[in-house]
Amino acid sequence: MSTLEEVSTRVHVSLVQPRLPRQAPAITGVIAVALGALMLVLGMGVVGAIVLAVVVYIVALPLWSLAIEGRRSATDRLMTALIWSAFGVAVVPLVSLVWRVVSKGAGRIDGTFLSYSFFKTQIDQPVGIYHAIIGTLLITLGATIISVPVGVMAAVYLVEYGKGNKLAKAITFLVDVMTGIPSIVAGLFAFALFTLIFGPAYVSGIGGSVALSLLMIPIVVRATEEMLMLVPDELREAAYALGTPKWKTIVRIVLPTALGGILTGITLAISRVIGETAPLLLIAGATDRTNMNLFDGAMTTLPVLIYGQNLRGDAPAEAIAWGAAFILIVIVMVLNLAARIVGKIFAPKKG
Amino acid sequence: MTAPTTEAEDAPAASWASVRGGAGDRIFSGAALLAGLSILAALAGVFIFLAIKGVTGFTKPAEVYGPHAESFVGYVVPLLVGTFTASIIALIIAVPLAFGIALVISHYAPRWIAAPVAYVIDLLAAVPSVVYGLWGAFYLAKKLVPMHQWLHDHLGPIPVIGHLFGEPSPAGRTLLTAGIVLAIMILPIITAITREVFSRTPRLHEEAALALGATRWEMVRMTVFPYARSGMVSAVMLGLGRALGETMAVTMVLSVGFDLSWNVLATSSPTSIAANIALKYKERSADLLNVLVATGLVLFLLTFLVNFLARWIVGRSERRMAR
Repeated sequence: MSTLEEVSTRVHVSLVQPRLPRQAPAITGVIAVALGALMLVLGMGVVGAIVLAVVVYIVALPLWSLAIEGRRSATDRLMTALIWSAFGVAVVPLVSLVWRVVSKGAGRIDGTFLSYSFFKTQIDQPVGIYHAIIGTLLITLGATIISVPVGVMAAVYLVEYGKGNKLAKAITFLVDVMTGIPSIVAGLFAFALFTLIFGPAYVSGIGGSVALSLLMIPIVVRATEEMLMLVPDELREAAYALGTPKWKTIVRIVLPTALGGILTGITLAISRVIGETAPLLLIAGATDRTNMNLFDGAMTTLPVLIYGQNLRGDAPAEAIAWGAAFILIVIVMVLNLAARIVGKIFAPKKG
Repeated sequence: MTAPTTEAEDAPAASWASVRGGAGDRIFSGAALLAGLSILAALAGVFIFLAIKGVTGFTKPAEVYGPHAESFVGYVVPLLVGTFTASIIALIIAVPLAFGIALVISHYAPRWIAAPVAYVIDLLAAVPSVVYGLWGAFYLAKKLVPMHQWLHDHLGPIPVIGHLFGEPSPAGRTLLTAGIVLAIMILPIITAITREVFSRTPRLHEEAALALGATRWEMVRMTVFPYARSGMVSAVMLGLGRALGETMAVTMVLSVGFDLSWNVLATSSPTSIAANIALKYKERSADLLNVLVATGLVLFLLTFLVNFLARWIVGRSERRMAR
């Protein structure tokens, strides 16, 4: 009898470690949130309450796990909690920033804000940012006109002609390095270039375009290069087999196939440089008038205008700065969205 | 080359077949080569023009360097200290967060969450730097004042670290605030690269670790991190490069001074090279401009070096993976 009992106890020795119930994270989460809410009711700040809830969760769940599951599982649960909270922490500033810009900026937007410039011809004329919107669009357009041909052709060289030779490798490497050029250095370059040619105190929109294109070219090259490499070699070989010269294969077969991706890359590159401030500060200057001529005189852009209003610092200037920031963010987001839509429309048909 | 057997129906088709390697090809490949070379020329041009314009800036008479310095070295060293302090604060905050988010996207989150998360982080990159500056200066700085006070009260008395947390600024426009704004700005690039290398970990390695009984974190530590190590290092370097050259956030957030101290909460701190250029360029005196361009040259070489190392590390590891 006693031996049988011994056997039965041995049989019941568990082969798996004890585990927390599946709902353990949820239970701990609810407790932590409840604790945070309690502290909120008791007069703690919102930030403090949230931080408290997160800390309680990060401490409690691993401790519970340590008691039942052992050290390794506890570490696992701790790291999972930390990794997820890293994401939460990163979202906070984004939400705060977007909320700030929308709540402060959207109210300032009206018809006159978008259609008048800073330049007053009458005393009681409303103030607007028309001149800055025009400046932003023209300078970015100039930068696009410079960067797109250079960027796309350079990518064509890298993928179609240079395949793996030393020059192509060097260019690929330097394009990567070029993506890290500080924007202010690009501005200084345009400044040094144009003042050496046209004399000191030279400002113009086209200088800004040159500076921006220095930042834009590497992005365009990278995007185009990746897209061209995705074009299947069978397409090229089929074209060659029909006797098509290489350049015509590239223009008629390869580039149209990759068009969607290339356009997406270009749009994203535009959205990246349209918010640049520092280079334009140096070379494009600032003015209160609407300037339509890229090649003559100072040109205000939205980011430079925001910076200028920030420097002034009084209440009306702050309102204008938030309004302009709102417009700028809307433009950037629309470009980002457009990039996705363009990519979908021009995506090569399958089958 | 034989003539096409059937006469082509239109002229262009005939020329397609018969003029292989003709003028069109030569012109087109020439244009492509030219575009490629123009990139090399642009990079060289940046260096050459900055050097031409800035070389005299290294050796100006003492009064040009302003009231706080007498030589170029004296002028640029505080700026370098400011640049590096802000960047290092940014890295300390951004790197763990970025690695965490990258892990969420590549390994922790189910796919339907991972895609929106990646998109949200990309949105962070799309916000223009001047908007970050505006937000940092008008909003974040004020919000961080209590945190400054707390840091000063609790960490100030500690012997060595205490020097970092001296008397806090009442306005909150400190190096620490600038570093936090910088951290948010460099977060997306570090996340994007590490996410890429994390997701390239061979599936078999991960499954082998799990099959041996590893928890998910142990799997990440034993297969993902070793595989991605060089990618992580270079992502940090690229983030550093971005932080070193970022202008507007520091320009708009920091209240500038020239007192060299270790206090990251001080009312006035040395600014960064980039911010200094943006602040001073308006005094268009030729001498000072030369000095500013010279500091810009220093910044260019610095970021070039950092980026060069980062890319070199990536390139080396890719070659190792390929073998």
